[in-house]
Amino acid sequence: MRHNKAMDFGTGLFVLLGILAIFFLVTQTTGMRTLGTEDSFEVSARFDDIGGLRVRAPVTMAGVRLGRVSDIRFDDDRLDAVVTLRISARHDNLPADSIASIRTSGLLGEQFVALDPGGDPDALTEGDQIIHTQSAIVLERIIGQFLTMQGD
Amino acid sequence: MTRPAGQEPHIELEGLRFQRDGRPIFEDVSLSIPRGKVTAIMGPSGTGKTTLLRLVTGQLLPERGSIRVDGQEVTGIGREALYRLRKRIGFLFQHGALLTDLDVYENVAFPLREHTQLPDCLIHHLVMTKLQSVGLRGAARLMPSQLSGGMARRVGLARAVVMDPELVLYDEPFAGLDPISMGVIVRLIREINEALGLTSVIVSHDIEEVSQVADWAWIIADGRIIAGGTPEELRGEESPWVRQFMHRLSDGPVPFHFPARDYPEDLREVPR
Amino acid sequence: MRAMFRDLGEALREFVETLGAMTRFLGRLLWETPAALMRFGLVWYQLHRIGAHSLLIIGISAVFVGMVLALQGYHILNQFGATESLGVMVAMTLVRELGPVLTAVLFAGRAGTSLASEIGLMRATDQLSGMEMMAVDPVKRVIMPRFLAGVIAVPLLAAIFSALGIFGGYVVGVGLLGVDAGPFWSQMNAAVDVRTDVMSGVWKSIAFGITASLVAVYEGYNAPPTAEGVSRATTRAIVITAVAVLAINLLITAIIVGEG
Ligand SMILES: Nc1ncnc2c1ncn2[C@@H]1O[C@H](COP(=O)(O)OP(=O)(O)OP(=O)(O)O)[C@@H](O)[C@H]1O
Ligand SMILES: [Mg+2]
Repeated sequence: MRHNKAMDFGTGLFVLLGILAIFFLVTQTTGMRTLGTEDSFEVSARFDDIGGLRVRAPVTMAGVRLGRVSDIRFDDDRLDAVVTLRISARHDNLPADSIASIRTSGLLGEQFVALDPGGDPDALTEGDQIIHTQSAIVLERIIGQFLTMQGD
Repeated sequence: MTRPAGQEPHIELEGLRFQRDGRPIFEDVSLSIPRGKVTAIMGPSGTGKTTLLRLVTGQLLPERGSIRVDGQEVTGIGREALYRLRKRIGFLFQHGALLTDLDVYENVAFPLREHTQLPDCLIHHLVMTKLQSVGLRGAARLMPSQLSGGMARRVGLARAVVMDPELVLYDEPFAGLDPISMGVIVRLIREINEALGLTSVIVSHDIEEVSQVADWAWIIADGRIIAGGTPEELRGEESPWVRQFMHRLSDGPVPFHFPARDYPEDLREVPR
Repeated sequence: MRAMFRDLGEALREFVETLGAMTRFLGRLLWETPAALMRFGLVWYQLHRIGAHSLLIIGISAVFVGMVLALQGYHILNQFGATESLGVMVAMTLVRELGPVLTAVLFAGRAGTSLASEIGLMRATDQLSGMEMMAVDPVKRVIMPRFLAGVIAVPLLAAIFSALGIFGGYVVGVGLLGVDAGPFWSQMNAAVDVRTDVMSGVWKSIAFGITASLVAVYEGYNAPPTAEGVSRATTRAIVITAVAVLAINLLITAIIVGEG
């Protein structure tokens, strides 16, 4: 009774299905294939205002995702935000003077970091800092500026 | 009360006291069971014969007194030591206690598979010979639910002796058996005992069968040992307790009733 | 009024007592785990009984749950013109919450109850003391393989639940409601994270597997040896598991969300 072939097969199938399901969840529902296990490098960028940017937000260039925000930190001396971007190692030829800006996608208002290419022949590598940045556009501030302009 | 003479005891109880839910089952029981013999423990239903076997195997703890098996004190020893001791004891449960999700064959093979590394062919051989001796070789592939009460008891018997224990405790091996299997089991117990030289303890009320098989018998009633001797001696015993039990008299000092209050009073008062 | 408070106090005392006893039992089971894994044949057999046999109910329920998630989600997202986020919603809900929780509850109903009643009945029919008389520890021989099989089965079942649920959501969302398959997957890929979403679901299901299996074997092992005792143990196996799983889920979720 304990050495039943059909039983072994059924149980084996069950275990296999379970492992396959975990594999499916890890690889098919997540962006696993583009980041995480893959080689990558980190660069940093400073922003006066990051708006609603969160860790794990996408980093894109020309609308294509290259990586993710891996860390957001407040600099106590310079009183600004230091955002660390983790970028897939495949993209080793991004110009060093690329511009990072925080933008908003879709109607749900998720924010992400968009890189716009510069002209520098040198490429961004591990530990570099992106000099040119553009902070998040915060709606209240625009409205405020608009109102003060009206007042002039 | 005489002890079985000239025998080294296998089991010794001394000053045993045990109670259940505040009701004393044993007041002060001392007895010894000789090695290599068949000893019967008799007594009316509900006096605590099963309880006595459970005490001997450490399933229950006495309130007072000592229980020695093979010279080793059973009360208060650790689980490990208790299990080591039990490996040398075969136990036939009053109701068989077969494992219901294993078939007859696997039930008998169970102790072998758990405690030994014997190859399958040897296990097969052992199981089949034991089943043959209880006449149930043909039932090897039946499940316990497909057995009658008597058949289950016989499978339990095969399982109790499959490990070749030094001591076998049979709780009511004859109850519910037809006369033929009864005769077979009586002979079997005798044979196992003589061939292997092991100690057998039989709990039973069947005076006839006990007389055939036992070298010695103890009678328990009312929380005490009331007599001990060879079956012949007990038959000739003058004490009214023993006479009543051995000669199946309904009247006498041995209470047939579970302790209760006055009968007419109980009838009159309807419990609310 | 006073009687009510007394009952409440009594219930509370019993709860704490049961919790303590279960924790102690769990300690014993964890202690026995290495030895029990050595006899993997017994675990394998139980894995067949309680794992493989739960597959059908888990699979069917998962597809239905995924479908209803897609239906409801579509109507909500449609109001914001964001139906392409349907994949994200279905996947997140299943992977993080419903997969582990519903699997644990269904497992308790399908396997937990049968474990509890089986063990309770073995106790009531003297089979456990029979084993003890044969110098076989019932905790090692009966409880451990069943417990371990449950602990292994639940995370696997939960993963299968989530995967099939997403499939159900896909069928309704893409097949029936006409959501574009591209964004359904790509948005899901962009939003679902391996560590915080998928793995947190796996951790949850492991915790639930331990909970459901522990409750089932504990209730069975400690059931009074009567017909009523066994039937109560069976009921308690599913009720306690369901409540415990929901409470633990809240706890784990709070910790994970608090971290992220
Ligand atoms: N689990 C228990 N809880 C409380 N009392 C018990 C329990 N088991 C047995 N008893 C009581 O202990 C006494 C002895 O029971 P036991 O089973 O030892 O009797 P017995 O001599 O084996 O009877 P029988 O010949 O009918 O098998 C009985 O009076 C019974 O009421
Ligand atoms: Mg009895």
